Amino acid sequence: MENKPPGEDVENVVAMPTVTDHKTSADPDWSALLTRLTEHKDKAVYVRLFRHFAPRVKAYLIRLGLVESVAEELMQETMLTVWRKAHLYNSQKAAASTWIFTLARNKSIDLMRKQKYPECDLEQWEEEPDDQHDPCEQRIIAERMNQAINTLPENQAQVIYMSFFEGRSHSDISSRLGIPLGSVKSRIRLASEKLKWMWREGV
Amino acid sequence: MNIKHHLDEATLVSYAAGAMSQAMALVTACHISMCPTCRERLAHSEAMGGILLESLSPADVSEDALQTLLDCIDEEPDLGAELLDCTHPNETESRTHTYDKGIPHALGDYIGGSLDNVEWKRIVPGVYFHDLPCKSERGGVSRLLRIAPGKAMLPHSHDGNELTLILQGSFSDEIGRFTVGDIADLDNEVEHQPLVDSDVDCICLIATDAPLKFSTLLGKIVQPMTGF
Ligand SMILES: [Zn+2]
Repeated sequence: MENKPPGEDVENVVAMPTVTDHKTSADPDWSALLTRLTEHKDKAVYVRLFRHFAPRVKAYLIRLGLVESVAEELMQETMLTVWRKAHLYNSQKAAASTWIFTLARNKSIDLMRKQKYPECDLEQWEEEPDDQHDPCEQRIIAERMNQAINTLPENQAQVIYMSFFEGRSHSDISSRLGIPLGSVKSRIRLASEKLKWMWREGV
Repeated sequence: MNIKHHLDEATLVSYAAGAMSQAMALVTACHISMCPTCRERLAHSEAMGGILLESLSPADVSEDALQTLLDCIDEEPDLGAELLDCTHPNETESRTHTYDKGIPHALGDYIGGSLDNVEWKRIVPGVYFHDLPCKSERGGVSRLLRIAPGKAMLPHSHDGNELTLILQGSFSDEIGRFTVGDIADLDNEVEHQPLVDSDVDCICLIATDAPLKFSTLLGKIVQPMTGF
């Protein structure tokens, strides 16, 4: 395995990624574009999605500790899955960025652990939660979340980044930061609940 | 299903991030499969991943990479999509036939689809376990546990996290009563002794990310024998 074992890049712990304050309104509606692919496999639409998401998927895989060539290969596999599984995408359940994130996450885990990431299945459990969403809500959530994440206190943002971009477990974060497990969990809880509160309030 | 005990918010975030051991992710995925409430909560946590993905500075991707993919796609025209459309329902059907009702697929994959296929090993009379091949961290475990009515788990606390999902029967401990679908999501702040309180064997799926700490002499004697 060519990728660096997590934990060898200590200086990475405090290095924050630059969260670009991007203007979602200037971007096309990626979820709507991906939905078009659901209905008809249109290569022109796919190329637009590729140009936007492929460089970000690759950046994510590199942050997880994969070397460039492996990240490139997994990015290609992820983007091929986008094409192949486009008919399964549902914009009411997830924004395009969220769906593609989960595909890339699962690919990287399958590779690094040589075990398939346990996924939840929905077929035999048909109950749905009571509150159904209207179709555009995922997009609104995404916009609010982008604003909200920049307002997190640094110690909360740090544990979120260490989870998502470095793939570190609670106990791993606890020993790296030298803080108790309970503190790691309460920071993550606070960050997550704050973000959810902001979605609801539309701050 | 009437689920009362859910996943901790921090556990959901870790699952969404892909930051858990295989063992912990298995229990989490199984509860989410059974619980519409946590499925809804997971969607929010995964949205966090989507936003973080959007926020990254794009890496260099060559035009060749795009061309390679487009060539690849050309070799699987509409036929590919049709094949996927056809194989998907079949796959679902065959799975439903081979997997017992109430067994989430993520677990079914490891036990041939049924708890009846599990080969149990005895720890003490009335308490059995079966280790799963999922990787854990820091000496943690990934296992099924079967406890007879009226029996109790040895009292223990934890150095790390412990997830326990009820697949059959029920138990009570210091926190409350747990029935099918409920998950006990505990960390090192809790000491508990689960007691099986209904008339069928209680079967749970368990993962830990550190060895348990037993507070009784018997527990300390049994621990090295069972790898708990
Ligand atoms: Zn739940």
